[in-house]
Amino acid sequence: MADLSSPLAALTLRNPLMAASGCFGYGVEYAGALDLASLGAVVVKGLFLAEREGHVPPRIVETPAGMLNAIGLQGIGVHRFVKERLPELRALGAVTIVNVCGVTLDEYCEVSRILSDHEGVAAIELNISCPNIKAGGIQFGCSLHGTHDVVAAVRKVTTLPIMPKLTPNVTDVASFARAAEEAGADAVSLVNTFLAMAIDVHTRKPKLTNVMGGLSGPAIRPIAVRMVYECRQAVTIPIVGMGGIASAEDVVEFMLAGANAVQIGTANFADPFIWSRVLTDLESYCARHDIGRLADLVGAVQTGTSTASEPACRPS
Amino acid sequence: MLPRMIVDEQAEVLGNRTLSAEYNVVTLAAATIAAAAHPGQFVMIKTRPGLDPLLRRPFSIFEIVPGPDGAPRGISILNKRIGIGTGQLADVRVGERLGCLGPLGQPWPIVEPPTSAWMVAGGVGLAPFATLTDALVERGVRLRLFYGARRGDDLYYADWFAERGVELVLATEDGSRGTHGRITVPLVAALDETAGDAPVAIYCCGPTPMMQAVAQIAAAVGRDAWVSLEQVMGCGMGGCYSCVVPVKTVGGPPHLVRSCTAGPVFAASTLHWEGLAHHG
Repeated sequence: MADLSSPLAALTLRNPLMAASGCFGYGVEYAGALDLASLGAVVVKGLFLAEREGHVPPRIVETPAGMLNAIGLQGIGVHRFVKERLPELRALGAVTIVNVCGVTLDEYCEVSRILSDHEGVAAIELNISCPNIKAGGIQFGCSLHGTHDVVAAVRKVTTLPIMPKLTPNVTDVASFARAAEEAGADAVSLVNTFLAMAIDVHTRKPKLTNVMGGLSGPAIRPIAVRMVYECRQAVTIPIVGMGGIASAEDVVEFMLAGANAVQIGTANFADPFIWSRVLTDLESYCARHDIGRLADLVGAVQTGTSTASEPACRPS
Repeated sequence: MLPRMIVDEQAEVLGNRTLSAEYNVVTLAAATIAAAAHPGQFVMIKTRPGLDPLLRRPFSIFEIVPGPDGAPRGISILNKRIGIGTGQLADVRVGERLGCLGPLGQPWPIVEPPTSAWMVAGGVGLAPFATLTDALVERGVRLRLFYGARRGDDLYYADWFAERGVELVLATEDGSRGTHGRITVPLVAALDETAGDAPVAIYCCGPTPMMQAVAQIAAAVGRDAWVSLEQVMGCGMGGCYSCVVPVKTVGGPPHLVRSCTAGPVFAASTLHWEGLAHHG
């Protein structure tokens, strides 16, 4: 049996599989289908200070090998979360990472501070990348200064590991990973969804009420792999990779590109039993390739040239 | 809410009976789901392997299909060809296997005698009423089915309900069978003929405008009514928040709840119907 454990900053996860925020509710919804403690971690749905209603449906639409969503971060807010959901997650033995949202720097700090005061939160994922809300979030994540400022501000109010979730909707994602590292992030996760749009050609209306939404699913996987690879060249902190992962081979691909752990999101919608299948297949992969420790694969892609890390069009 | 034990069965297609160009009934060998399901629950079906379409589709459990020993062997789905997923389910062949996740969602509340149950179905909205009929017949509840469709030929399975002692009240928009017009016309007439203190519970599933009308009718005469909603769903498990519907709050704006976990069955009086209609 290979060692699947995944060292991640101050944490050692049982395995590298995390449920992606926004794709797994607050985790407890899936307790009837799987043992939450069998996952490396559960990243719960994004939380602001207050409850939020989100966007008017339709909120999702399918596209080839993918889907667009514009949920709009509907959520119960941090106060209800720590009171109602966190005790359930603790009882279920889940390693819980909380996705923290904010319209202002103060809100990111206040939500993080409240979470830090409660037992059972393993880490904070800073949501600076949701493409579906007007204020906050991606406004920080699309600016190097904004990214730095959010991470630096939250760094001052918590000792929990901080992991900003980066948006792919920028020209050079690696510079954002660097900004996060310099501001004191313990890890980065990427990628959030790609801003996208689908139109009904018969009614001439957007298929989403919100007009635009975020594209996820296997359709985005090669772009996400490339972005993880670019970030691996740029930072030394752990990277949590995601974007269309639906199999053990996809997990290995992200790890070879430089991810220390991964998140699975959209594939869990189609198959909530994906977790045990991927873990079994990871064991088989390790046996087949004589790998004793899965973590040894991190960044082990063999590009063959020393210049391969320089994209042809790196912005100056 | 019910404690949920959810399974994903790679269910063999045991039968695919074409009812018309639009409608078919698919029988799936999903024995575990069949044994665990409550009336009104649904399944998420992967109508084709692979990535396009990527997601499953929600379908009401129509019948619980018994095996030779009488124990539940599988479920059937009443399907209407509307989009890609329903088109694929219309075309499945016997022997294929489809991922079938369930049982999901909140079931119909079950009334007891002396309360009578009036089921109001529009088109493919008939689907959640076969299992409800079985459960209520077993309890000795008197049943009526108000069943409306565009044409008489679209009133499928009327005999199935009649054989179980359900009193049928039919309506068609073209007048080819039953009352000419909408099913709400005979429903209102029947309520008018029924003593105000006679206990009647109303169960409704069909197009949203029909359910809204039935909700208003039931509220006007002070009758309990439940509806089963059909929304676009990503996961059916409460994970994605795509299937939300507005419910009323006390003194505040409507609140959006997930129809996969809080529903698909709702007490009609709890829904904010104007908002739901606006969702399209």
